[in-house]
Amino acid sequence: MSNHLSGPVEDVTGQSGYPAGHPPRMGFFTDTSVCIGCKACEVACKEWNLVPESGMDLLGSSYDNTGALGADTWRHVAFVEQVRPRESAPVDLGMPAVGRPGGQEAADADRDVTWLMASDVCKHCTHAACLDVCPTGSLFRTEFGTVVVQEDICNGCGYCVPACPYGVIDIRAGDGRAWKCTLCYDRLRGGLEPACAKACPTDSIQFGPWDELRGRAQQRVDHLRASGVPRARLYGADPDDGVGGDGAFFLLLDEPEVYGLPPDPVVTTRDLPAMWRAAGVAAATAAAVMVAAFLGGRR
Amino acid sequence: MAECHPVGFQWVMEAKQRGAVVIHVDPRFTRTSALADLHVPLRAGTDIAFLGGLINYVLQHGLDFRDYLLAYTNAPAIVSDEFGDTEDLAGLFSGFDPATASYHPRTWSYDGARAAAPIGHPEMGADDHDERAAEERLGATGEPLTDKPRMDPTLTDPRCVYQIVKRHFARYTPEMVEQVCGVPADTFRRVAEAVTSNSGPERTTAWVYSVGWTQHTVGVQYIRAASILQLLLGNIGRPGGGILALRGHASIQGSTDIPTLFNILPGYIPMRRAHRRQSLDEFVAADAGRTGFWGNMKAYAVSLLKAWWGEAAQPDNDFCFDYLPRIDGDHGTYRTVLDQIAGTVKGYFVVGENPAIGSANGTLQRLGLANLEWLVVRDLQMIETATFWRDAPEIETGQLRTEAIGTEVFVLPAAAHTEKPGTFTNTQRLLQWRHQAVEPTGDQRSDLWFYYHLGRRIRDKLAGSTDPRDRPVLDLTWDYPTEGGHDEPSAEAVLREINGVGPDGAALSSYTQLADDGSTACGCWIYCGCFADEVNQPARRRPRHEQSWVAPEWGWAWPDNRRILYNRASADPQGRPWSARKAYLRWDPDLRRWTGPDRPDIEATKPPDFQPEPGAQAQHALSGTDAFIMQTDGRGWLYVPTGLMDGPLPTHYEPPDSPVANPLYAQQANPTRQVYPHPDNRTHEVGSQVFPYVFTTYRLTEHHTAGGMSRFLPYLAELQPAFFCEVSPELAAERGLEHLGWATIVTARAAVEARVLVTPRMRPLRAGGRTVHQVGVPYHWGGNGLSVGDSGNDLLAATLDPNVHIQESKAATCDIIAGRRPRGADLRRLVGNYRVRAGLTGPAGMERPDGTDQARGT
Amino acid sequence: MVPEAKFGSYYGRPVLKPPTWKTPDVPVYMFLGGMAGAAASMGVLAELTGRPALARVGRFAAAGGAAGGTVFLIHDLGRPARFLNMLRTFKPTSPLSVGSWILAGFGTLTGAAAATEVTGWLTGAGRLARYGAAVLGPAMMTYTAVLFADTAVPAWHEAHRQLPFTFAGSALGSGAGVGLIATPPSQAGPARVMAVAGTAMELVAERRMETRLGLAGEPYQRGRAGRLMRAGRALTAAGALAAAVSGRSRAVSVAAGLGLLAGSLVTRWGVFEAGRQSATDPRYTVVPQRERHAAR
Ligand SMILES: Nc1nc2c(c(=O)[nH]1)N[C@H]1C(S)=C(S)[C@@H](COP(=O)(O)OP(=O)(O)OC[C@H]3O[C@@H](n4cnc5c(=O)[nH]c(N)nc54)[C@H](O)[C@@H]3O)O[C@H]1N2
Ligand SMILES: Nc1nc2c(c(=O)[nH]1)N[C@H]1C(S)=C(S)[C@@H](COP(=O)(O)OP(=O)(O)OC[C@H]3O[C@@H](n4cnc5c(=O)[nH]c(N)nc54)[C@H](O)[C@@H]3O)O[C@H]1N2
Ligand code: SF4
Ligand code: SF4
Ligand code: SF4
Ligand code: SF4
Ligand code: SF4
Ligand SMILES: [Mo]
Repeated sequence: MSNHLSGPVEDVTGQSGYPAGHPPRMGFFTDTSVCIGCKACEVACKEWNLVPESGMDLLGSSYDNTGALGADTWRHVAFVEQVRPRESAPVDLGMPAVGRPGGQEAADADRDVTWLMASDVCKHCTHAACLDVCPTGSLFRTEFGTVVVQEDICNGCGYCVPACPYGVIDIRAGDGRAWKCTLCYDRLRGGLEPACAKACPTDSIQFGPWDELRGRAQQRVDHLRASGVPRARLYGADPDDGVGGDGAFFLLLDEPEVYGLPPDPVVTTRDLPAMWRAAGVAAATAAAVMVAAFLGGRR
Repeated sequence: MAECHPVGFQWVMEAKQRGAVVIHVDPRFTRTSALADLHVPLRAGTDIAFLGGLINYVLQHGLDFRDYLLAYTNAPAIVSDEFGDTEDLAGLFSGFDPATASYHPRTWSYDGARAAAPIGHPEMGADDHDERAAEERLGATGEPLTDKPRMDPTLTDPRCVYQIVKRHFARYTPEMVEQVCGVPADTFRRVAEAVTSNSGPERTTAWVYSVGWTQHTVGVQYIRAASILQLLLGNIGRPGGGILALRGHASIQGSTDIPTLFNILPGYIPMRRAHRRQSLDEFVAADAGRTGFWGNMKAYAVSLLKAWWGEAAQPDNDFCFDYLPRIDGDHGTYRTVLDQIAGTVKGYFVVGENPAIGSANGTLQRLGLANLEWLVVRDLQMIETATFWRDAPEIETGQLRTEAIGTEVFVLPAAAHTEKPGTFTNTQRLLQWRHQAVEPTGDQRSDLWFYYHLGRRIRDKLAGSTDPRDRPVLDLTWDYPTEGGHDEPSAEAVLREINGVGPDGAALSSYTQLADDGSTACGCWIYCGCFADEVNQPARRRPRHEQSWVAPEWGWAWPDNRRILYNRASADPQGRPWSARKAYLRWDPDLRRWTGPDRPDIEATKPPDFQPEPGAQAQHALSGTDAFIMQTDGRGWLYVPTGLMDGPLPTHYEPPDSPVANPLYAQQANPTRQVYPHPDNRTHEVGSQVFPYVFTTYRLTEHHTAGGMSRFLPYLAELQPAFFCEVSPELAAERGLEHLGWATIVTARAAVEARVLVTPRMRPLRAGGRTVHQVGVPYHWGGNGLSVGDSGNDLLAATLDPNVHIQESKAATCDIIAGRRPRGADLRRLVGNYRVRAGLTGPAGMERPDGTDQARGT
Repeated sequence: MVPEAKFGSYYGRPVLKPPTWKTPDVPVYMFLGGMAGAAASMGVLAELTGRPALARVGRFAAAGGAAGGTVFLIHDLGRPARFLNMLRTFKPTSPLSVGSWILAGFGTLTGAAAATEVTGWLTGAGRLARYGAAVLGPAMMTYTAVLFADTAVPAWHEAHRQLPFTFAGSALGSGAGVGLIATPPSQAGPARVMAVAGTAMELVAERRMETRLGLAGEPYQRGRAGRLMRAGRALTAAGALAAAVSGRSRAVSVAAGLGLLAGSLVTRWGVFEAGRQSATDPRYTVVPQRERHAAR
């Protein structure tokens, strides 16, 4: 049981009951170091999936006026502005091969300005809490290993909402059902890449077989680190993490929480056996209390 | 570039991945800066000083690419001793006429070489007393000289171009750059080192610009400055080099090639001018250079006339040359608006444009619209230009009254690009065919449909007319096949007409086939070949992995599907690549032809050692090392002996609104800039205390220009849902501006309100001995649509570059105060009070570009 | 000014999505369910130990609570068909699925029991139904704790060991409360014991939630949730105290019962609110995770 609820999984699709020969697990590697914050991904997603507009609010969080992922935002581009006094000697621009090769940081005369831009999405977790807790089976694992809501089955119970450790899925106002990224299930079935990846001009969003992407991500982070971007790190790419690794993982240039991501998410159902055990003991205790009250008590 | 050309920016990212250094020069820290290695903030409107500094750095340190310079540029050419530089004349060149605020370029010419009238500028230097005509001299790319200049290969003659350029820029030192631009000298040196060490035989540097460089009263000279630098460093005609103009609207390049401009004909052939009786041959003789490829202008012109008037165009009627419309001066968009206000322009077609929001000085635009008899707006949305009569800001203030506006407005729904086939010509001259994706709905029709059927109906009405003035319309070839229920003209047929046909009626394959005897017809000579072999070449989509890295089978580039212009310069004079790393073209002595991944930009079999016969014409007059084949002398021009309205060399002038006196010259602003005196079009005093801040206008990725294609769409509007301005924390503190609060930005033209974004990405600069705060004003907003707000363009005055009539919209001064603007008549009162405080209360006049009014620092 | 991110959060915005469940629907549903569970067991035990009045009260409270809880759940869902949708499958990993089946079974059994009692028909089956419901009673009292705990909400998830006891204790109290209100004191003795023992269980569990959960325990003490929890505790404790001393006084018994019921409801509400608070403030998500991460 515990292997089903947490920890690394060899074949998440197979574990969900798909017969051998199912397609490889597909996912995203979002390399934020090349994201230019154009939001083409956000718009393409809405266009393709007919997601409603999510409000005309000027949020003042840099250029981000979407705020967060939600029922009406399946891709969200975060913008974080950071200014630091110059720490290091200026980069030697003269030697062309040793420019600062990656990252969203530029030198100014006396300071380094970072403008982090990152496109967030549902993680299509190996152990997806939303899917685990969904009482109706509306959320299911597809043959591509992705996690999708079936809008005709969802009853809007909302359980998936607080269950998701990333705050991704949400109930759509006025509709009452849960919505999130489908990893463009319809496109995948048609042999197309997801709309957001297709629209991304810089290949910040890379779509492909999960195994392959992880190799690529590792190479990219190694390259960045080696060329002077020590803050580069992978997020969600580790199958040993609390959710068994994300189907959609990221290369970040700062701590995850800076982007609004949880630093160490754990799938809640990992503890489900412990929870039922505690509930069982509590129930038994309550039962014992009642029996005792009736048998031992005064009239 | 990341902001406005995100799809193109992927290649910058790719270059960066491969080790390229990316430097971003911009007053603001933008999404582009974030991905650059170095961001260089500078004071808006000072790039000539910056580029001039780089030119000076190259020349002072002897870092030019000498072999390239000697072989391919006019650095050795000797200039007339009558030429007087800005260094000697307090910021003016010789030949300035204060009465007309313009130059006579005679003294700028090469020594001994006759300064022929350049293509497109026949009036230049001529005595022309028609002022309006004098203002209009520009059109085609300019190749003026009929003879080759005298050369000093040692580059030591004090009158050679090299020495003149060196003297001209000598005062553009790093310290001067710091003073003018606010770029610390150290930062400047880092840029200079990066640029120069990345240039030469082994390496190239590219400059990429867009409207941050062009929308100035000296915009053309910005690009000229970059050209000088690139020629000095040998970065033109070579892979990874060049100056890349990132253009704007989809196919805005196409609309210059086959122009929607008033002063040129397709293929940069100049428009005919009124008041001058000219035969076709006189026209060509006046405009065409004798040598270089422009020497074939008659073939291009005759083929164009044949395409338009077909059988009617015959040698005995000069191929209907007299049917061409003629211009009598400036008919640019801003002149036209002033003429609307003056009542001399009565009708207006606005097609795919939203001038009430998108053009500088919105008030002027709307006053013009309100004074028309009729207005036709063809657009996708109900844009402000169509609804000004009921909701212009001037209605609110009482300056206009709906009841008093007599303009009859016709709004016609247009089909969008997805609803019709056709080509886009994009920024690198690449034609790409666009297939129709969906049928337009309702009454929406393509613009092609509109013009074709409009023409057809006019011709029906004129049918049978014997009035000679109707002949040009009746004789037009107007016979495109139509298809579908709405009789949509075939866009492919139009493309084929543009491509041109030979005597046998078959599609031509290259402009070199064009003849001047009427045997060929071609709608635009530079596009000749786009339908070669009767194949729609722009529709080619062969993946890049299935062809050479130059990808010649993706779309079709003009001219002749050539991907790098002037690519002869990628090889040394002997025809060998400058280096293995940067190899592109080479002369193959065995095959006796040029080989490489691209079409050579020289006759394929012209050997490097070719020397022209004396008296040879057109391209035959160019040698095997004359890489700049469109130029009469075959060379890249560091110094422009004629053809520009504002001088042969770039010179730093301050923008019309400037916070500081020009640190370099007594002459404050471009003396030849175009001004349009009007009470609502005043510029500010230099260093005005009333308008102490600089502001610049720009775009956001999330919106498109005047907003017609973004403010109305929920998915885009929600991404930037309100008009805002960007200020530094320092300015916010100085003016009490709060993040997400409101600010009112005031100029002598208007006052607008915007939400405030306080961001450290904006930072004050030290320039001209003072702190300069810059305010960022995106210009996308207006009153209609989902994301609404005041319009940034209301703040600007319309003052133009004299060469290409573009407005200064990147650098101006303003005041900014916390809080919302007053409403109604109080708004006009606020602006009026500012004008009084700033002393701008005289009659409409003021701000003449006479260049002599230096006390007021024009 | 564009605010700089603090303690590593994104403009202070939540990392998690707070539960979208409505109030009072969900707290009331949980309260009623818990009460009904306790009442069902209590009723059967009373029946077996010869306390007919208490048994009757237990039966009807169980049926009423189950029905009422279902009504509130349906209201939260929006329409009845959506509750039925819960039963289209059985999913052991979903406490809501398990819970729905428990609720459905319990509701059916208690409903049947009540119906046979009212009509007098099929009394044998009615008894079986009563006994069945009594067996399900303790599950009804605790499954909602798992429902809350099996989320990413820090105040709930981290409390997954304590919450069942809190809820069980609270349910004991509320079941006892109904007994105290509606039965003559002579038959309500066991209810008094249940009240005192349940309250003790709840208070101990709550104390542990406050002390053992680290930062995740904080929301139970702060803001609206803190106020509700304190009020719930006060009401419950007062109710239990009154129950303990009520002796033969009907009035005191009723007061005690009302206090226990109110306390139970308010406590559920407080737990709900604490969860919402902990999900809304990114600190509760980020800081403990960061510490956990650093410890590895
Ligand atoms: N998303 C999006 N893309 C677009 C458009 C759009 O509206 N939205 N418009 C299209 C069109 S029509 C065009 S013409 C292009 C324009 O493309 P760009 O030229 O890139 O557009 P802008 O944002 O107007 O101006 C560019 C930059 O110039 C800077 N700038 C201002 N003054 C100066 C100066 O004096 N010197 C320097 N070096 N920089 C200065 C501004 O801060 C701004 O960042 O974009 C095209 N692409
Ligand atoms: N302050 C300031 N002002 C500027 C600039 C700046 O940088 N700063 N930039 C300038 C520049 S570079 C430009 S290009 C202009 C742009 O300014 P405009 O051209 O005035 O503005 P757009 O919003 O691009 O207008 C294009 C209109 O065409 C419509 N349209 C789209 N497709 C079609 C079609 O197929 N047919 C027809 N008939 N209509 C269609 C759209 O709905 C839209 O309303 O703004 C200029 N103004
Ligand atoms: S990120 Fe959240 S919504 Fe997406 S699969 Fe994981 S748990 Fe489900
Ligand atoms: S809201 Fe829909 S998708 Fe989410 S848990 Fe409930 S039934 Fe499943
Ligand atoms: S994969 Fe599809 S559904 Fe998911 S974010 Fe991308 S475009 Fe949207
Ligand atoms: S499309 Fe790509 S580059 Fe643009 S915001 Fe999305 S991830 Fe970043
Ligand atoms: S909007 Fe169109 S033209 Fe502009 S960058 Fe995107 S794809 Fe290119
Ligand atoms: Mo443009």
